[in-house]
Amino acid sequence: MSNQKEIKNLKTFSTAAERFEGSHVLCPGCAHSIIVREVLNATNDNLVVSAATGCLEVCTAIYPHTSWDCSWIHIGFENASTAIAGAETMNKVLRKKGRIPADTPQPKFVAFGGDGATYDIGFQFISGCFERGHDFMYVCLDNEVYANTGGQRSSSTPIGASTTTAPAGTVSYGEKKNKKDILSIMAAHGSPYVAQVAPNKWKDMVKKIQRGFDTEGPVFINAMSACTTEWRFKPDQTIEASDLATDSLVFPLYEIIDGTELNITYRPKNIVPVRDYLAFQPRFKHLFAPENEHIIEEWQKRVDARWEYLQRREEARV
Amino acid sequence: MNSKQMELNTVEVWDGNMANAQALRQAAVDVVAAYPITPSTATVENYASMHANGYVDGEVIMVESEHAAMSGCVGAGAAGGRVATATSSQGLALMIEVLYQASGMRIPVVLCLVNRALAAPLNVNGDHSDLYLTRDSGWVSLDSFSPQEAYDMTLMSFKISEHEKVRLPVISNQDGFMTSHTAQNVRPLSDEVAYNFIGDYKPLNAMLDFSKPVTHGVQTEHDWHFEHKAKQHAALMASKEVVKEVFEEFEKVSGRKYNIVESYGMEDAEVAIVCLGTTYESAILAVDKLKEEGIKAGVVAPRLFRPFPLVEIAQTLQNAKAVACMDRSAPGGTVGALYNEVAGALFNTSARPVLRNLIYGLGGRDMTINELCDIYRDLNKDAKAGKLTGKIQKLTGVRGPELSFYEL
Repeated sequence: MSNQKEIKNLKTFSTAAERFEGSHVLCPGCAHSIIVREVLNATNDNLVVSAATGCLEVCTAIYPHTSWDCSWIHIGFENASTAIAGAETMNKVLRKKGRIPADTPQPKFVAFGGDGATYDIGFQFISGCFERGHDFMYVCLDNEVYANTGGQRSSSTPIGASTTTAPAGTVSYGEKKNKKDILSIMAAHGSPYVAQVAPNKWKDMVKKIQRGFDTEGPVFINAMSACTTEWRFKPDQTIEASDLATDSLVFPLYEIIDGTELNITYRPKNIVPVRDYLAFQPRFKHLFAPENEHIIEEWQKRVDARWEYLQRREEARV
Repeated sequence: MNSKQMELNTVEVWDGNMANAQALRQAAVDVVAAYPITPSTATVENYASMHANGYVDGEVIMVESEHAAMSGCVGAGAAGGRVATATSSQGLALMIEVLYQASGMRIPVVLCLVNRALAAPLNVNGDHSDLYLTRDSGWVSLDSFSPQEAYDMTLMSFKISEHEKVRLPVISNQDGFMTSHTAQNVRPLSDEVAYNFIGDYKPLNAMLDFSKPVTHGVQTEHDWHFEHKAKQHAALMASKEVVKEVFEEFEKVSGRKYNIVESYGMEDAEVAIVCLGTTYESAILAVDKLKEEGIKAGVVAPRLFRPFPLVEIAQTLQNAKAVACMDRSAPGGTVGALYNEVAGALFNTSARPVLRNLIYGLGGRDMTINELCDIYRDLNKDAKAGKLTGKIQKLTGVRGPELSFYEL
């Protein structure tokens, strides 16, 4: 049923018909817009999209404008997943009842949420939708901070980041907790397909999105979305920031199929030290003070251990 | 419809929850998303049972919370089909955020609200705390006083909600336990008559219509927000006339006549009470008793709680000398909501009866006919004196020393 584009090179992909158009007011350099374009342009199928309250929503549907050349709904911060589940169910019913002719191509259902909407306030709703097995793709635009409200910590904020509600100060190095492992949690729901993607590895991303669209049941995609405003790099450095994330293995690219089979989809030729990733972003600037250096060491150890774990799981096929 | 035909008798013995479920079945609702809560649970249980036995064609999504229930309904409604759910009390409180979103997006949804007290203290019984919580949410709100009326109102809710001039969600209220769990004779319409009365669902701006992509739930600032809310309010106010029309059409198919303001004994009433829900039926019995005693009593019940029928209430009360507005909800630091509404309705008319506010029946406490008679007798004192003979507000039927507030 799916009608997906052949991805030959970036040029043909980037000139494909747009479903996510101009007239948005996302920050220059925002990775959200890159990711959303890549997701929507990965398929020619009709799309029904929901968005959680957040940067993406408030910047792309400001009345009387809209950036969405597809069916789109925003209800609240927490319920983008349940809104799309409702629409997906309605599609089933109207086909069963014959009110949508049987030969009408099946649309795809996608929900977008930031890390606040995904890891925190909307988590219950996503969990419910995945448990019930609705046929849709949930894409988390993970910028590791509540960016829309001006830079508060979320449960995706990594240890040592300075945020407005977990600020670095004379006696604090900022965020104290490690980032929640959302991918494992979503895989444990029995989802047929979960994956981490990053916009700099666009071919890997589009492949995973297309696989997601071809999968029946709830699919979870965690997309690293570098935030120029809150991570405080220059707007033209978005892809560089993403490169550092994937090449330092701070944000490894992999997929889990049916909750068990794990595939690492990107192995950097030259692994960059975590220190370089942190040094690139002023939100971690204070970690380079002597009293905080131990956090950088802890970072590196944890990233190494995680990489080791992912490789072992890939080999073990469990 | 592909669903199995359900054989109905001319008269069925249904409680209010079954009445709701049957109305949902006959409306051929496409998607029901729900989460159980006492005393509305059986509405969805009955419906799920009909679904499990092939009498329902649509889908039932048993979600993980009431917030998700209404979120699913809004998503499904925006997709382009008929949706409904049921809830009570804390469940309504949890879904209230989405109530505003449904009405703001002009999505037709029918909510069977089985009225119950709000915690704390936790209480599963009937009062109007949850009904009052929906006051400003932009939904049309209808009230029923018996299982028959619950069935009728829920059926009519679909027709009102989906009407081209309305396109707003509708609440069909009934009293928890007093109506929802009391089995009475109900005369259902046949499936065919009921469905044809409501009609096929006509999608508007449906997300599943891919010939015309649509953006629902936009962001507005001061530049447009006011205009959106003004249009929404205008539609809600105008829905009163649609409700009247639907009531008239319903009378033609059912023989049952409804008014947006119900009243009894008001032709010559000097003293009246205004109330919601099952208290209306008790008050009718009290009125009959008092008329025998020579007290000219009457009772008024707004069938339509939103939009509030200000003019019709004022007209119905125009000859009353003393009126008690009965609020079945904890007053929260002021006079009851119904008192405020009725006072607002009367203030600019020449009829300016003495007004009392009675807070009663919280958490399911009975309001007996004898107590109602006592209220009328107090009102009669006010009417004779031409002024309040007590304080404005009284908590009636509460244990302990009398609680009354607000002296003029």
